[in-house]
Parts: sequence; C-alpha cells; structure tokens
Amino acid sequence: MAFTNEQLERYSRHIILKEIGAKGQKKLLNGKVLIIGAGGLGAPAALYLAAAGVGTIGIVDADVVDLSNLQRQVIHTTNDIGKRKVESARETMNAINPDVKVNTYHEFVASDNIMDLIKDYDFILDGTDNFPAKFLINDACVMAKKPLSHAGIIRFKGQLTTIIPGEGPCYRCIFKNPPPKDAVPTCKQAGVIGAMGGVIGSLQAMEAVKYLTGVGDLLVGYLLTYDALKMEFHKIKLPARGEGCAVCSDHPTITELIDYEQPACELKAH
Amino acid sequence: MANPEFEVDDVIDITDVNCPVTFVKTKVALEELDEGQILQVHINDGEPIQNVPRSVKEEGHEILKIDDNGDGTFELFIKKVGD
Repeated sequence: MAFTNEQLERYSRHIILKEIGAKGQKKLLNGKVLIIGAGGLGAPAALYLAAAGVGTIGIVDADVVDLSNLQRQVIHTTNDIGKRKVESARETMNAINPDVKVNTYHEFVASDNIMDLIKDYDFILDGTDNFPAKFLINDACVMAKKPLSHAGIIRFKGQLTTIIPGEGPCYRCIFKNPPPKDAVPTCKQAGVIGAMGGVIGSLQAMEAVKYLTGVGDLLVGYLLTYDALKMEFHKIKLPARGEGCAVCSDHPTITELIDYEQPACELKAH
Repeated sequence: MANPEFEVDDVIDITDVNCPVTFVKTKVALEELDEGQILQVHINDGEPIQNVPRSVKEEGHEILKIDDNGDGTFELFIKKVGD
C-alpha cells in the first residue's frame, strides 16, 4: 500500500519519528482496536486512535448521549444528546479522519456476545465503568489471548495496566473477584474530574499505538496510578502471573465467562 | 539528471512540497530501499536543503554528495544505512 500525498501530510509527524516511520504508520493503518465504552476513557482514546490513523476501530456502547456525559466525554457534543453514543463517536472520528473504518456495536458486553465482539481485533481497550464488565472483559481477553488495556477512574484518581495474556498478570491476578455490590462507589455516585478521562484514556491510546507499532515497553506487569490532587504518578510492579490465578494460570478454575450481577440502579440510569 | 559517479537506485522530486513533507517523502523513499542503495533527491534551496540532509543524517544515513543545479534546486545523493 502506497501513501497518498494527503496521507503523507496527515501522518507526517508520525512518519518523521525514527521509531515509527512509514512502516509504523502502515501498521497503524492495518491495525484493529476495539474500544469498549464510549465514555470518559473511551472518548479521548477513540479520538486519538482515529487521528493516529488506526485503520479499523470498533466501539461498543449501549448508551445514548446524556447531558451529564459532556463534562468529560469529549467525543460527543451538545447536539448529540439523545443520540446513540456509538453513532455520535463514529461521526466525530470520521470527521477527524475519513481513513478510519469505524464499526459500531450498540449493545452491552455480556458472556454471550463478547467473544464474538473481540475476535477480529488486535487490541482491546477497556473503557467501562463497572466491575462486572471489567472482569468479563479480562476473562474473555485471557481466553481469546487478546492484548488488553485496563483502566479505571474515579474522583481525582486513575489507574491503568496492560495485559498480554500469557506474558504478564491479568486483572484477576490482582483482584480475584468483583467487590461486593455498593462496597465501591461508581463514578456516577462519587464524581470524577473530566480531565482524568483525558489523562488515563490517552495513556490507553498510547499503549494501543505502541502495541500496534511494536515500539517501546508496554505497561505489562505494572499498575500505573495517578493521583491528581497530590500530582503523583506511581508505577507499581505487580506480582508475576499468578500460578493460582483462576483464569490465566496453566490450570484455570474459571473456564466459562461469568455475568456478574450489575447493581440495578446502574442499568436504568437513563 | 544523470549522475556518472553513482548508480542511483531511485529518484524523487520534492520541489513541489514544503517542510516537513519534504523529509517525509525522502524518508518513505529510503524505507523502500535496501541497505547500501542510493537515493537521488531533487530538492529546493532554502529551508528544504537546510533541513532535509540534516534530518537524513540524524536517521543514520550517509549524504554522499550535494550538487548545486544553479537554478535554485539541488541534487542530493543519499546512501541508505541500516534497515
């Protein structure tokens, strides 16, 4: 595939980089990333990955745009209120970069659809806001051996890690099970600074770009935490892939996907 | 523009574009070559001739020669180093 003059100009700041070059840009254009959740994390990630020329980007989200989303979900605008988030996201992404093919999935992830959703993608980006989805996505990515960027944000804090099944620890190596319902507030109950999604979602996009181009070291085996109030980042080394992990050890006890119960108030919000 | 000193493997004209696309086009053409092959670049005076050879050297390639065509353009000869 040869670049058009327009592509050479559009991606010039990438191609100039010694680590990326034309070869790296071609890898991005041939890359396929699935973003689960078009919210606080998924919005900035989708914008940067579309701008970067990741050739195929899937977006999964069952919600419609709500006025209360706009404080942080920068891919949607006031005119998009009431529109499906996946449609709103696709319009913005294609307005930024028509090179990108955006696949939309207006649905919740669950045990009966997630394997099919992730199967055609090179890298999965978890931008969800609840523990049942995060455990489901982790388990599915481990079972399908798909690289995953996990992240979470709340109040003034954010964290992320990158999971390459078989190479480093998975989410379940760190957290064995979801916390009891209502033990941990969601960001709907607790609030979150809008720019936190920008910081952490952009780091997720960076991990996807590094994975697709094969450049640098991924955040595998580490949890990066960000405390905005203290203005502190910590890169915490995680224990090696757990022999005892229920899903990613050589002898897993979890071999089928689990739909953990979602607190009812979280599902009927809109 | 034939050059008797080297056997040139590819020739590009970047006089129709501005920086940084000048370097981008040069870099893309170099990536298509094999180690040791030679690229001839038809390039404008001013910003392009000041910047492109320097950026090419920073990437580790060898500038073999720069010929002044006397008409505000140059011929730049680059030997690809590394893969």
